Amino acid sequence: MPTRKGMEVSIAVSEAVKLANVDVISAYPITPQTHIVEHLSELVADGDLKAAFVPVESEHSALSAAIGAAAVGARAYTATSSQGLALMHELMFIASSIRMPLVMTVTNRAISAPINIWNDLSDIMPQRDCGWVQLFAINGQEAVDLTLHAFRIAEDPRVLLPVVVNLDGFILSHVIEPVEMPDQATVDRFLPVFKPVLRLDPDQPVSLGNFGSPDVFIEVKKQVEEALIGSEKVAAEVWKDFESLFGRTYKPVESYKTKGAETLLVTMGSITETAMTAVDAMREKGQKVGLIHIRLWRPFPFKEFFQAIRGAKVLAVVDRALVTGGVGGPVGLEIKSALFEKKERPYVAEFVAGLGGRDLTVEVFAEMASKAGRYAKAGKEMHYEMIGVREK
Amino acid sequence: MIAEDLKDFKRFTPKTLPKEEPLVFGHRACQGCGEVLALRMVAKAIGSPMIAVSATGCMEIISSPYPQTAWAVPWIHVAFENSAAVASGIEVGLKTLMAKGRIPERKITVVTFAGDGGTADIGLQSLSGAMERGHDFVYVCLDNEAYMNTGIQRSSETPFGAMTTTSPAGKITAGQTTWKKNLPAIMAAHDIPYVATASPAYYLDLMNKAKKAALIQGPAYLHVYSPCPTGWRHGTDLAVEVSRLVVETNIFPLYEVIEGKYVVRKNTRLKPVEEYLKQQRRFSHLTPELIQIIQKRVDAEYEKLLKLEGAKEEKKEEPPTEEGA
Amino acid sequence: MAKIDALHPWKEVPIGCAILEAGNSRQLKTGDWRSKIRPVTDKEKCIKCGMCWIFCPDMAYSQNTDGYFDWNTYYCKGCGICARECPKKAIQMIAEEE
Repeated sequence: MPTRKGMEVSIAVSEAVKLANVDVISAYPITPQTHIVEHLSELVADGDLKAAFVPVESEHSALSAAIGAAAVGARAYTATSSQGLALMHELMFIASSIRMPLVMTVTNRAISAPINIWNDLSDIMPQRDCGWVQLFAINGQEAVDLTLHAFRIAEDPRVLLPVVVNLDGFILSHVIEPVEMPDQATVDRFLPVFKPVLRLDPDQPVSLGNFGSPDVFIEVKKQVEEALIGSEKVAAEVWKDFESLFGRTYKPVESYKTKGAETLLVTMGSITETAMTAVDAMREKGQKVGLIHIRLWRPFPFKEFFQAIRGAKVLAVVDRALVTGGVGGPVGLEIKSALFEKKERPYVAEFVAGLGGRDLTVEVFAEMASKAGRYAKAGKEMHYEMIGVREK
Repeated sequence: MIAEDLKDFKRFTPKTLPKEEPLVFGHRACQGCGEVLALRMVAKAIGSPMIAVSATGCMEIISSPYPQTAWAVPWIHVAFENSAAVASGIEVGLKTLMAKGRIPERKITVVTFAGDGGTADIGLQSLSGAMERGHDFVYVCLDNEAYMNTGIQRSSETPFGAMTTTSPAGKITAGQTTWKKNLPAIMAAHDIPYVATASPAYYLDLMNKAKKAALIQGPAYLHVYSPCPTGWRHGTDLAVEVSRLVVETNIFPLYEVIEGKYVVRKNTRLKPVEEYLKQQRRFSHLTPELIQIIQKRVDAEYEKLLKLEGAKEEKKEEPPTEEGA
Repeated sequence: MAKIDALHPWKEVPIGCAILEAGNSRQLKTGDWRSKIRPVTDKEKCIKCGMCWIFCPDMAYSQNTDGYFDWNTYYCKGCGICARECPKKAIQMIAEEE
């Protein structure tokens, strides 16, 4: 009988990686990912996890080694954050384009400069285009579950793309949350042994990572795009299977108190639960406010998104990263683009908030929701707003 | 230990060279390319079963233009600076899969081929990491002494005085102004079981070293001199000749570092460096003074190498002393 | 041999731009690269040492049952290494007719 117990989320994630029976873990330490890889190295050192732990000399090598391991058919895992993720950048595109299914945890942390170890999404947002499936956890349970889902989605022959599971650095990775750890036997039923499609095997030699002229580049990118878009369907199947085995449901976009809501907060990551508390308070006051949070960021779940916002007149998008010199934040940008063609679209108020770990309180969410409503009423031009900038 | 690893090692002879060609014809290397020749020899010597990893560079480009591959063995290219890290992942992946019974247990040699740029410059970090972690693989630096694939730009392996497109023979500076970085010494400093230099002109020596490298447990590093007629501006028929002269002039001595012990192949046909330099138009701007500087430095480096070989022997005979040096 | 093209429909390109047929570069006639000179071996002088075979960057020699080395016009790029390295000067680079 599975029990819920308080666990530090980083440890819970490592335990999930252990349950997934990974073969190779390559890791380079960076705050706030360290607890994940430290615990994994303990599990390996104690023989509790039969995997190779490779303490590489940089994040670039961490992802390189994971790619190499995946290429021979090993289930590979790595984790990083912020600068480490930035260092991996060229490999993010390579991993997806040569179709290596591997899983990475990113404990989201601000990208330098200034050097800052606290949470925002500026590390993962610049990786939008790289062709990975991208998921966001809002609490410890999700961090565990999504990690297990990630392997199955990645390794599905219809997908064969790397998957990144995001969880907020410190505010999720380092907190104790109630987590129900799945049992190994059921996980084994959910997640079968990795059967690679492309494999380096002396008995059937293939060449991977070839030189692609203009004659073939577009076709390869088309394949990656189709696989990424198609991964949404695979994710739905995986989540359905997960629900039947573990009883927890997952959707690409989740709705909270959206019935009859005129204004919807749109969030990603663990700030969602704080925002939900704000929504509760606003609902108490009779305000027609709800919330949706985006769990599946790539491929962007357009259909589910439009479904979730149906009926809403105002969206208050809370972005945790800045598309500097552009239109505000990446999520707002995505949503506005998605809505562009729609004849009827809600007013989109965009807030870039909580950068570099600046605390986002319940009050700030209420403020954003109310501002959004006011701007919409006033017919204010839909430009973005940076929340919390100290002017004096 | 090496002795144990090599107990069944039979040296290749001219009549017992392996027939397998892990790299097949139809590759797009230049006419007379010394690098692909070196690669061919190393790959033949190591033989299947192997998994080859390439860094970005000439060898990767000429061997894998979709839809054709010249690789008859499994091969992967990921990026420029990480071939050693990719090989590390492959090595532990194979080990783990075999330990878990998911693939049959057998010896598969993991070989990395990278150029001098992808080894000594941008690739140095991942190479150092892989060597320090002690992965069981062979790293082959195919040294054509510049970034040839991108158009002959200098690297830290470009020899002093050589003209490249980023160390041109100009009015103020004439060619490369620094001495060739000593990669084998850096590798030896990592305490790996086997380091060796090789030149394709001495094909038996090269192939035997490659075979040893493959048999030895743990990391092995081969630094293989690879002439580039295109970049060095010499005739397409001269790659082997130049590979011979570089050894005969002591510019590129052939040696091994076996568990820290230097074993130097003695050069019995000493020639002046000028004989080597005059073959290649990348050195045509050198003045007699510069050639003298090169000769002096080559001689000094060779003496240093011989001392390293001798040093171990001498140290053994010294009685232990109480006083600190 | 057929012209090499990569003009494959996207659903037919192996995923990841992988190449599944090992060593299929042998379809390319690199022999077309020669600028009308080719090596020719004088069997009288040849001692079957194999230097031409081992020193060829394009594997354009193969040993036949008599122990001599046959030259492969399909792949030879005409670099001339074999002629230079032959210890018996048994190989000459000669002008090639069409």
